[in-house]
Formats: sequence, structure tokens, C-alpha cells
Amino acid sequence: MTNAIEIKGVFKSFDGKRGRNLVLDDVSLSIAAGTFVTIVGASGCGKSTLLRIVAGLESADGGIVLVGGKEIAGPGVDRAMVFQDYSLFPWLTVAQNVLFSRRLSANKYDNLALERDAEEKRAASLISLVGLSASQDLYPSQLSGGMRQRIAIARALMSKPSIILMDEPFGALDAQTREVMQDLVLDVVEQEGTTIMFVTHDVEEALYLGTQVVLMSPHPGRIDTIYDVPLPKKRDEQMRIDPQFLQLKRTVMERIRDTVGLSLDRSAVGSIEAGA
Amino acid sequence: MSVSTTRAIWMDASPLKLDGPQATKAAREQSRAKRQWRLRGTLTSRQYALYAFLGVATPILLWAFVNEAGIVPKMFMPGPLDVLKRFWSWIANEGFAGDLTISVQRVSLGFLASLIIALPLGLVAGTFKPAEAFLEPAMDFIRYMPAVAFVPLMMLWCGVGENSKIAIIFVGTFFQMVLMFADDVRKVPMQQIEAAQTMGGTRREILYKVIFPSAAPALLTTCRITLGWAWTYLVVAEIVAANSGLGYSVLKAQRFLQTDKIFAGLIVIGFLGLIQDQLLRALHHALFPYLRRQ
Ligand SMILES: Nc1ncnc2c1ncn2[C@@H]1O[C@H](COP(=O)(O)OP(=O)(O)OP(=O)(O)O)[C@@H](O)[C@H]1O
Ligand SMILES: [Mg+2]
Repeated sequence: MTNAIEIKGVFKSFDGKRGRNLVLDDVSLSIAAGTFVTIVGASGCGKSTLLRIVAGLESADGGIVLVGGKEIAGPGVDRAMVFQDYSLFPWLTVAQNVLFSRRLSANKYDNLALERDAEEKRAASLISLVGLSASQDLYPSQLSGGMRQRIAIARALMSKPSIILMDEPFGALDAQTREVMQDLVLDVVEQEGTTIMFVTHDVEEALYLGTQVVLMSPHPGRIDTIYDVPLPKKRDEQMRIDPQFLQLKRTVMERIRDTVGLSLDRSAVGSIEAGA
Repeated sequence: MSVSTTRAIWMDASPLKLDGPQATKAAREQSRAKRQWRLRGTLTSRQYALYAFLGVATPILLWAFVNEAGIVPKMFMPGPLDVLKRFWSWIANEGFAGDLTISVQRVSLGFLASLIIALPLGLVAGTFKPAEAFLEPAMDFIRYMPAVAFVPLMMLWCGVGENSKIAIIFVGTFFQMVLMFADDVRKVPMQQIEAAQTMGGTRREILYKVIFPSAAPALLTTCRITLGWAWTYLVVAEIVAANSGLGYSVLKAQRFLQTDKIFAGLIVIGFLGLIQDQLLRALHHALFPYLRRQ
């Protein structure tokens, strides 16, 4: 199987208060085509930075990133990105947002009329896939947070990217909407066969979505453990309470806690009250 | 409008149960009055108009009262009716239309000159760091020099003709405009720019198809604010260095002790500003329907 993404020995540091701050330290990761990889880890461990390097929005200080066997140089249409929020164009309607990419020269037409027609059909079917056909002429400000993220996903799918990078796309949504969105993403990915790199804070989300869960440790950011999720490819809500699933969830959460060196001393909580 | 609908919902929801229809009505009146003065409360558009009318009428009534009571000599402070009469004779036989035309023309030219140069500079300064570093500290320095102090220089350079007035308006608005435009552009969310980058947008395309439309409402607001300043500098220019225009008429009126005409001139200038402000607000409303909350 070919690797869709190959991250090899990537280093990255930023200027901090006290000199350079090493954020990614020799990170290597291979992601096979068509897999759904989720990335978890303590806050500030460099998950977003890694994703942004793969997107080409940030450049690595050392190491290389190969996409489809070729080294990347900046952002490309082969890698779409879904952000947590504020990435839709507020002056465009839902349909116009989804079709935005065709305003760019990166989408060259050989046969104008024919391809335009095909694109409009694809946009319409993506909008209906995310369940927003009735809202396609509304502006993003008229939609709920969950609806907006569905548009962002449809927009990312529009140009048929081989890879979609998602940085906590459901981080701002409530728990119910989030679960609906997770199933939506799974369905869409199955239909389109896209490779996904998905950053999240939520371990349950990571396990429910991912075929593999990559755990990163902080200061500096490194790949700590890669877990294979022992669930069938087709996920359903029942699996959230599967004992194996719950066991793995606990293991991952404990490991994250260990990587930060965080062990909560509960007796200390009692002493606060006693002191007061 | 959204204001009135929120209020309507509130009214239906208030469960005031008192005896008899009269009491209920009175209580409702009372609670309605309370709602108006609630922290960040709301008004219907009719209530709003009422308060606005009172806000305008009160100073005029006070003015009329002071005038009738003879507290201030008529020569220094004419009454509202005197001013109105004077305004009429200004229109009828003192060339008001000419004064108005020349002033509007100067403001328009000065403002447009400023806008045409400041807009591209602001876009570039708000988007590219080197351009920001090159332009902003320098502009920041110049904008603290009072535009009025440039009047002698402008007269030396441009003569006493139209150009010097336009130049003063330009100096008064241009530097601020560049800085404010750059700020507007910098407020475009990075995610919008990056989303376009991952869709393959070039720098040029992103500038025209993302940054500009995204900043457009803020840019128009900046225009509205700076156009107000342009009027201020117009009057300065006309008072210091002109022989026509509204500002000049006010100055000439002072020489002939025509206080009523000074008043008329001031009120006219205020009105023009108000009208222009309302027009630009309406334009904003029409151009950016997506900012309206339904
Ligand atoms: N542009 C930047 N300039 C300076 N420091 C940065 C920059 N971007 C990230 N960092 C630093 O790099 C570290 C990793 O940041 P990153 O956003 O990748 O973490 P993260 O794992 O995504 O965290 P979170 O879970 O909170 O989103 C942090 O310490 C952050 O302060
Ligand atoms: Mg992050």
C-alpha cells in the first residue's frame, strides 16, 4: 500500500520568550492512503503545528514531508483543510462558499461549459450529502455552528483532494451536534475515499473516528504511541460503549496524563476546604 | 426590524396578571417604560424617533427661550426664526446654491484623491509586513502634524485656487485613511486567507477575492468616518484661504456681524454631514446584506 503522507524527521521551533522554543522534535509518521488518522496529545504539544506543516501553511526547520511521494512546497489543492471556525467566507452564500475554489486559477478548465456544469452538480450533491440543500442560498451568519462546519467540510471536499486535514473541526460544537458530525465525516470519507489527518482534544472522538490514533507528547513535541483501533471499519454509536473501546479510551487518557507528568493529588482538594 | 420583533416576543411572554383590564394595561405601560431604561434595553423604531425628536427639539426650544427672554443681545444670538429667514434670503439672493456646489465639489475631489491613493496602500500595508514597516511608522509620524498647520505651505505650493483646498482636505484625511484601511485589512481572519491558500489561491487572487471582499464593510465604515473629517478640513480651508464656499460665507458673515448667517451656515454644514452619513449607512446596508441578522 502506498503512503499518502510521509513525514520524515521534522523539526520546528518558534521564537519564544526565552530564546527558541522547540515544538516538534524529529517527528516521523507515515499515513497510508485511505486511512483515517487522529492525533491527540496534551495542549501545546504541537498537533496543530504538525498539521499546518503538512498543509504547507507552516514550513519545517528540518526534515521533509512527502505527499503522494513528492516533497511538498507550500499549500496545494491535493490537501484541503478544515479549521475550527471562522474560515467560511461570510459574504458568500452556502453554495458560493462550496464553489469558491472555481474562482481560483488553480482550477483550470479545459472544457469550460462542460466542467462548470459538472462542478455545479458536484457542489449540489456535496451540499445535499451534508444535509444543507434547503439552506444553500443562506449566508454563513444565518447558520448554526454545526451547519457552518458541515459547509466547511463540503467546501474542502469540492476539489476532490486526496487528503483532508482537520484541526479540531468540532471543537466549538455541543456534544450532540458533535456526534452527528462525526458520523457524517465517517460517511463522507467512506464515499470519497479520502485520507484524513484529524487533530482533536477529545479522546473518544479520536477513537471513534480513527483507524489509528497517534498520541503526541509535549515539550518538545514527539510521537509517543500509535494505537490501532480494534473496531470494524464501519463504526456505529453502539461502539462507544463497547468494553474494548472504553478500555482503550482509558489507556489513551492515562497515557496523555503521564506525558504531561500530571497526576492529580485528590487529597489536596480536601485540604483546600480545611484551610478555608 | 429585529428590534421590534424582540420586543414583541418579550411582551407576549410577560405574564402580568392583575385584576381587571385597566390594571393590566397600567401595569403593562409601567413595565414597558422600565424595559426602555433597562441596561442595554430596546426601543421600537417609533419610540426611537420620539426620543430623537425630543433631542433635537430641546436645544431649539432652549435657544428660542433664551432669545425671547433677551438674556443675550440679538446681535450675538439671533432667534431660530431670524436664522430661518436669513437662510431663505441666502438661498433666494445671496448665492447659496453656488456656495453649496463649490464646497461639495471640493470635499468630493479632496476625499476621492485621498481614497484612490490610500486604498491600495492600505490594502498592501495590511497584508504584507515589509509594506507595513515601510509605510506605517512614517504615516503615524505625519498624521500627528496638524493638517491646519499645512495651510500656509499648501497655499505656497498650490496657490490660492481650488488646488490648495483640495490639498488641505487630502492632507487632513490621507494619512489616517491609510492607517485605518491597513487596520481593517489586518482584521480579516487568518483562517479565511489560509482556507483560500489550501484551495490553491495565489497571493494576488487571495488579495482580490478574499482579503478585499472580507474587509469591504470595514473599509466602507472607514470611508464614512473620514468623509466626516473631510468636511471639517473643508471648512478650515475655506475659512483660511477662500473666496467662495460655505466656510467662506460663514467667515464673511462674521465680518459683517451677520450672526444669523453664521448660525445658518453652521446648521447647513451639520445637516450636510448628517445626510451624507445616512446615505453611506444606507449604502452599507444595501451592499452587505449578509451582515443583517434575520
Ligand atoms: N506562530 C507561532 N509563534 C510562536 N509560537 C507558536 C506558534 N504556533 C505555535 N506556537 C507554539 O508552539 C507550541 C505548540 O503549538 P500548537 O498550536 O501546535 O499546539 P497544539 O498541540 O495544537 O495545542 P492545542 O491542543 O492547545 O491546540 C505551543 O507552545 C505554541 O505556543
Ligand atoms: Mg491546536
